[in-house]
Amino acid sequence: MAMDGKDMQLAATEIDVRLRLLRFNPERDTEPHFEEYTVKAQPMERLLDCLHKIKWYQDSSLALRRSCAHGICGSDAMVINGENALACKVLVKDLKQPITVEPIRGLPVMKDLIVDMDPFFQGYLAVKPWLITDDHEREPDRERLQSPEDRARYDDTTKCILCAACTTSCPIFWADEEYVGPAAIVNAHRFIFDSRDRGGRERLEILSLKDGAFKCRTAFNCTYACPRGIKVTKAIQEVKQAALFKSL
Amino acid sequence: MIRTHEYDAVIVGAGGAGLRAALEAGKRCKTAVVSKLYPTRSHTGAAQGGMCAALANVEEDSWEWHAFDTVKGGDFLADQDAVDVMCKEAVDSVLELERMGLPFNRTPDGRIDQRRFGGHTRNHGEAPVKRACYAADRTGHMILQTLYQQCNKEGVEFFSEFFVLDLILVDGVCGGIIAYEIATGDLHVFRSKSVLFATGGYGKMFKITSNAHTLTGDGPGVVFRRGLPLEDMEFFQFHPTGLYGLGILLSEAARGEGGILRNADGERFMERYAPTIKDLAPRDMVSRAEFFEIKEGRGAGPNRDYILLDLTDVDPQVVETKLPDITEFARTYLDVDPLKEGVPIVPTAHYAMGGIPTDITGAVRADHAGALVPGFYAAGECACVSVHGANRLGTNSLLDIVVFGRRGGLAMAEHANATKLPDIPEEPAKHIETMLANLFEGGGPEYSADVRTRLQAVMMDKASVVRTEESLSEALTEVQELRRRYDQCRVRDRSKVYNTEVTEHIELGYLIDMAEALVVSARARTESRGGHYREDHQLREDDHWLKHSFITKTGDGELQLAYRDVTMGRYIPVERKY
Repeated sequence: MAMDGKDMQLAATEIDVRLRLLRFNPERDTEPHFEEYTVKAQPMERLLDCLHKIKWYQDSSLALRRSCAHGICGSDAMVINGENALACKVLVKDLKQPITVEPIRGLPVMKDLIVDMDPFFQGYLAVKPWLITDDHEREPDRERLQSPEDRARYDDTTKCILCAACTTSCPIFWADEEYVGPAAIVNAHRFIFDSRDRGGRERLEILSLKDGAFKCRTAFNCTYACPRGIKVTKAIQEVKQAALFKSL
Repeated sequence: MIRTHEYDAVIVGAGGAGLRAALEAGKRCKTAVVSKLYPTRSHTGAAQGGMCAALANVEEDSWEWHAFDTVKGGDFLADQDAVDVMCKEAVDSVLELERMGLPFNRTPDGRIDQRRFGGHTRNHGEAPVKRACYAADRTGHMILQTLYQQCNKEGVEFFSEFFVLDLILVDGVCGGIIAYEIATGDLHVFRSKSVLFATGGYGKMFKITSNAHTLTGDGPGVVFRRGLPLEDMEFFQFHPTGLYGLGILLSEAARGEGGILRNADGERFMERYAPTIKDLAPRDMVSRAEFFEIKEGRGAGPNRDYILLDLTDVDPQVVETKLPDITEFARTYLDVDPLKEGVPIVPTAHYAMGGIPTDITGAVRADHAGALVPGFYAAGECACVSVHGANRLGTNSLLDIVVFGRRGGLAMAEHANATKLPDIPEEPAKHIETMLANLFEGGGPEYSADVRTRLQAVMMDKASVVRTEESLSEALTEVQELRRRYDQCRVRDRSKVYNTEVTEHIELGYLIDMAEALVVSARARTESRGGHYREDHQLREDDHWLKHSFITKTGDGELQLAYRDVTMGRYIPVERKY
């Protein structure tokens, strides 16, 4: 029988793991540069565990964001062997060595693997990501009704954790920081296709502007990058179609 | 460099409790939210299974049954006035979240769907009841996102990646906080008429935990060092289904949807421990049952050290649509497919029932006798109202943060609007500047990571699911030794920008404080109740111990215990059987 995950954990054989990290300390460096490290880790350990071993025992100045360590909080999106992923959601056994780790692209690097997230959140806020209701609509005493089918219509895009893996994998976003980016459109989708929302036209007008959804060239990088498995490109296409036909 | 800000209300922490408080306070006065993480990184987002409220959308229910279950689940230590408030306000809280846009799962007729959860029963324990409102297995994620959306809509002001280091208290009156800006290393003084702590838990003191790396008891740590009490610190919940070796949470909803726990023999062992509700018994009982199954040699796996969560008899469609995240966790982290085989699980440190003592408005208690700290509030896991007593029921934490977050936000705004900004000392952050400067001085070869790893091992081994006088005494000796080692640790990185070695080092200090408070409180309580199980005192002793512990640290570092009577109500303590 092949060795499965739990057996690998039990076997607890540590292996040498080689990593190349793109480092940048604004108080010392003028340019980012790669530094190499070797740590001992088990095959089932997360890349995040390896980064911790470096930070805790080799170079405490290594800067990265992380919190939940199981792919829910969205703190630790990085470019890992050339592809966007969460460091807590990729395991050593699945990575070719040396593992190259860089900060996500298209946002200003503050230090090492930490980027300035403000431009990302500005794009998100631009699409008014909150439920918009008619002001004159009387607040119901009970819940609004929504059929399971209507609820399912936007289920996929409610999974977004705002990690920016999609947006910072998008070649359009790299070239044009004014583009709202995939994550913002995903969050617009979450409301545009919610039967309770009345802000669809407002959002579609915003997304029809020059920095909106039509900048997307369907590279599919975003869908590939999403650690939550959201069909990002499909969501963007649905938003584009809705904008074209105002089919709401 | 020190910057000064002035607000009416400052909220520390941007999880569910902090954001819900911010919505309430922000409508009424000038409000800021100070958080060491971006708001959406908060651990509320990791909560999975649901939020209970007696909506009776699926079957008959009442808030009073919910209150009974909460009191019984908490082994009669909860304050019953606070439980009544929470369970009554639960219904409106869920409906309000729906109106804010929360995408709850729906019944065929379009109402909020509900499902079963541990310890929640119909008519005082007759049978499990469908009470948990949910959004797949990412209910906490949806609550966090929805509250963040609403805060943005209302223009709430955020200071993200600001780490709280102190509470400003002048003659016992709260006048603001001091925070460290992680991006720059600058200190900020936030003068404020009112402050609310919503900083979350401190499960990172244990080796196996569902908690995020950042859950280090910062809020309670600050409070404790200021000489204020912490309540019921001996009560820490171990969730029965943490992923083996990792502690990542697999929601109780897995059992609510029909999952079964099995030992190495394939036996559904919970039938022996809780004949009526079996696998849906409260978490403390299930975790203890797992502990004894493993201890008595019936654990599964080559080392006989885990239990199996069996979902193979649950409709695969239900697993994939109602439990998608936990299915993925098992596949990603253990290479186990829950549709085909049992998932290896163990008890995982999950939730602190204890914390900063508050009344039902969220106002912080200054002592066990009933005095309050003017201007200071707390809500959520860092607080102890107490609604969870000695053991929290599943889903009641999401309920707690919404109900008491709202109440705390309201109370702090009312206080702010009725008072002037308190005067504070001329250099309120002087001692913090000194503390920070000292982090870089002296020290030996010690690594703080070694201290943290040892702390987590000691607490897991000697102060977790099962405790004795001996194990707790050993733990205390070790924790005190670890404090000495910690004091020898030096911060090596001297940079200002994103110096996360500084923040991690300070977090470890808070964890050591929390561990010591837990161990001392636990050693004193010579009975078993809820999450606190003493193998050398296996019975609950209501005559002596129907009371909350209040632990304080004196000026010379001594820990002192005092006690406060439980607020009783309709329910008289009975033996806790399920």
